[in-house]
Amino acid sequence: MAHAYTPGLKVTDQAVLRKQRRLPIVADILVKVGDQVEPCTVVARTSLLGDPQTLNAANILSLLPGEVRSAMKVKEGDKVSTGDIIGLSSSLFGMVKRKLVSPCDGTVERISDVSGQITLREPPTPLEVAAYVSGKVIEIIPKEGVVVEAVGAYIQGIFGVGGERYGAIRLRAKAPDKPLLASDLDADCQGAIVVGGSLITGEAIEKAAKLGVYALVAGGIIDTDLVKYLGCDIGVAITGHEDVPTTLMVTEGFGPMRMADRTFALFKTLDGLEASITGATQIRAGVMRPEIIVSGYRPPQRHIEAQVTEGLVPGTPIRLIREPYFGRLGVVVELPPELQVIETEAHVRILKAKLAGGEVVTVPRANVEIIEG
Amino acid sequence: MTRPKYDLGREINSILATDCGSTTTKAILIEKRDAVYRLVVRGEAPTTVEKPFEDVTAGARNAIREIEELTGRKLLDDKGIITPRKGDSGVDVFLSTSSAGGGLQMMVAGVVKSMTAESAERAALGAGAIVMDVIAVNDGRKIHQKIQRIRQLRPDMMLLSGGIDGGTQKHVVAIAELIAAAEPKPRLGVNFKLPIIYAGNQDATSEVAKTLGAKMDLRVVANLRPVLETEVLGPAREEIHRLFMEHVMAQAPGYDKLVKWTPVPVMPTPAAVGSLVETVGRQRGITVIGVDIGGATTDIFSFFHDTFNRTVSANLGLSYSICNVLLEAGLARIARWLPFTMDEGDLRNRIRNKMIRPTTVPQTLEELLIEQAIAREALALAFVHHKSLATGLKGVHHGGTFDRFMDQKGLAPGAQSLIDMMRLGLLIGSGGVLSHAPRRVQAALMLIDGFEPCGVTPLAVDSIFMMPQLGVLATVHPEASAQVFDRDCLIRLGWVVAPVGQAPAKGEVEIMRLKGTLPGGQAFNEGLKYGQMKRFPLGEGDKLTVQINPTHGFDVGAGPGRAVEAQVEGGVCGLILDGRGRPLALPEDAETRAKKLIEWFRSLDCYPAEPFKRLIER
Repeated sequence: MAHAYTPGLKVTDQAVLRKQRRLPIVADILVKVGDQVEPCTVVARTSLLGDPQTLNAANILSLLPGEVRSAMKVKEGDKVSTGDIIGLSSSLFGMVKRKLVSPCDGTVERISDVSGQITLREPPTPLEVAAYVSGKVIEIIPKEGVVVEAVGAYIQGIFGVGGERYGAIRLRAKAPDKPLLASDLDADCQGAIVVGGSLITGEAIEKAAKLGVYALVAGGIIDTDLVKYLGCDIGVAITGHEDVPTTLMVTEGFGPMRMADRTFALFKTLDGLEASITGATQIRAGVMRPEIIVSGYRPPQRHIEAQVTEGLVPGTPIRLIREPYFGRLGVVVELPPELQVIETEAHVRILKAKLAGGEVVTVPRANVEIIEG
Repeated sequence: MTRPKYDLGREINSILATDCGSTTTKAILIEKRDAVYRLVVRGEAPTTVEKPFEDVTAGARNAIREIEELTGRKLLDDKGIITPRKGDSGVDVFLSTSSAGGGLQMMVAGVVKSMTAESAERAALGAGAIVMDVIAVNDGRKIHQKIQRIRQLRPDMMLLSGGIDGGTQKHVVAIAELIAAAEPKPRLGVNFKLPIIYAGNQDATSEVAKTLGAKMDLRVVANLRPVLETEVLGPAREEIHRLFMEHVMAQAPGYDKLVKWTPVPVMPTPAAVGSLVETVGRQRGITVIGVDIGGATTDIFSFFHDTFNRTVSANLGLSYSICNVLLEAGLARIARWLPFTMDEGDLRNRIRNKMIRPTTVPQTLEELLIEQAIAREALALAFVHHKSLATGLKGVHHGGTFDRFMDQKGLAPGAQSLIDMMRLGLLIGSGGVLSHAPRRVQAALMLIDGFEPCGVTPLAVDSIFMMPQLGVLATVHPEASAQVFDRDCLIRLGWVVAPVGQAPAKGEVEIMRLKGTLPGGQAFNEGLKYGQMKRFPLGEGDKLTVQINPTHGFDVGAGPGRAVEAQVEGGVCGLILDGRGRPLALPEDAETRAKKLIEWFRSLDCYPAEPFKRLIER
């Protein structure tokens, strides 16, 4: 893998972000190109087809499928209400009468002469999508949604759960290696995005839910705490749709993990500002990572220089992402081109990295990611 | 000689092929040298579907660039691959397979769950799909629950079957009505109708078209079960393939560019591997099981009784889906393969971290053992799934039609699995964890533990994870594909002899004795106790005819206690004797189990001695 490297997570105080905001079915677009939008601005709306109710009319009315239509009191397209008698049949010279009653409000969509089923369609429900970030509409996706451009600070996490939220950032950790405890949370955190250091603790998650905290962010989370919070285990990393009171985002991984210094430093400068957050994560084709966006943030001076990723070269800042150095930070010092044998006896391309403490270690290139600015 | 599916109309002496997997993109260079096609070199790089690349050809270029460096030959230019070859630059043809688009996701529906719905499921799986759900009239759910389910899932396409030709139309039309009411939407893109393939009672076609035609993109093919006793999967599978190419593979970012690099269609990875496994079975006249354990899925292919089956366990893999193995198997079943104790929380966190950083590799022996433990469970779970679907046709009458069925398949009726581990002619493993195991014997043991072969079975692995590329190569040059498969791809691990039976009351007593003559002329006379594993050197190409005498209650193929004479061949791992019994049961007690694992790993020389000693003494 001589030319390969794992791109790192983006952490920058200034980025131009384009967010697609679209609905999964054909929608009306409510804004136009050039409009300024806020996170809560509804940009597209549609009606979600109501749920269908299928009734086996032939069975209920004791008729052959081909006889159902003539026994119906309604026809396709008619409106019906809950409790309406929509079909009638009688047998034994009219002594036994059978009724077909509508179980819902809606419309008669289909009467089948082959199966004897009828389909009622419940009224549609409205479906909307909001802008999610403050910014400008730069593109209309016909019948689907829009693209909103935002300029500001951007921090990607490695994993999250829970949907989109919007609130003020409250940094509650004194250092990147300090866990976020329940005692760090108070009434001031209600409706906020609370940032800790190394770990979102189980006790903090519990208290956050009670206080109405919108989101918690830290370096790591203990797997069992996450399972307890969700009430189920996660099999495949496709998240964001969980029905949870507080969105969670971790920046480094599972277990207590010191938050990367540059991420923590950026949170310090963003403390108190309004931000958009989502925990949505998808680690497959069309990868999505959780993120925090502080739209409109203008750094007084760029204290974190934007970097153009050149791949792995001596001097590149990296994060080690596998045991035995998981979570450690360092810089590349050497990239030997030939394959080398590691403890497992595998032949792999390696690099030598100088860790923050000065120690020089050898790791497979696949086990590092570039710290992106 | 087998005719190619695509005739390129020119001589092909050099071939470059890539497989864009969900995690890694692998490239191989094949050349004709001294009238024989051989693998020259390979390269690999992470698949680039994530930002900032979002282009599969970036990963392909990285993998090919590695080949350029290793051969000193220019293969790439600004437009893509240099073809045809000009002197020392380029190749005669470039081919590719891909599973980077996230796989084909299908929902299937049929009338009777164990009959037409199951045939539909087999057709979808055989075409390389992940089956999200199977809807049937008798699937135990209420109508509104089925409709809700269809609405929730967003498949790439649907397959509807039901009824025999000329039979009742009512039930299949009712299922069509249910689908029409749900109005399912495609996973990708809101502006096109969801494709649905109808492969049911042909007499009901017009009624199904009336029901679904306006709402969905309806395609009609031949009935999967034209009569109860026959299953016709080919036309449905072909249509699934066609739609897959049009709609799904195109979703991988940069796929449009990849398509332009190659003169033949980019083939879905599982379809390519499947066709290769089937070809091996047919050409050699043997029963075969093949497995491809990837980052996202584990695909199993089998060829028994002239029937090819494929299943995909959609969420059993070793990177993206690793946590689903944890979820389905449970931590205890994974930990039982570790010869050391480990904090539960630590183990869970490590598995999660592999999920969120899927391209990393084990650096320490401890990490390698954890990954191989998870692989054993993924293989076992996927194989249980496969056996449940690789069955004879259900619902076949036991009268005259039963006789016809017996004639066709030579099988017992109904739901019996086609898989017979005692009659397995070859077990082939592929996928990163098997092909890249630092010692081949590790791959052999993972296959033995995951599949539990019975009696006398040859084992092999895909040397460098190149079966997908050889599968697509077979479509343009079957001869080159077969030559490279035989000479460079198939690593013959050796044979395993594993008697079937339970723990004897007397404990670790001898359960089997093998007698024969080694190629050098010396006598081979070895006993094996219950719970023991042994490994003997027997080089590739060496043959050993042995008389295998199991003790009372143990079976190696001729029945309990009955001797078998077999000719076994050598391989890189030699001959492995497995006395742990079948079904395989590890000791319940953790300490005893760890001791046994250490004994087995040492008997087979699985791991480097010093780091292993440090690890277990820690």
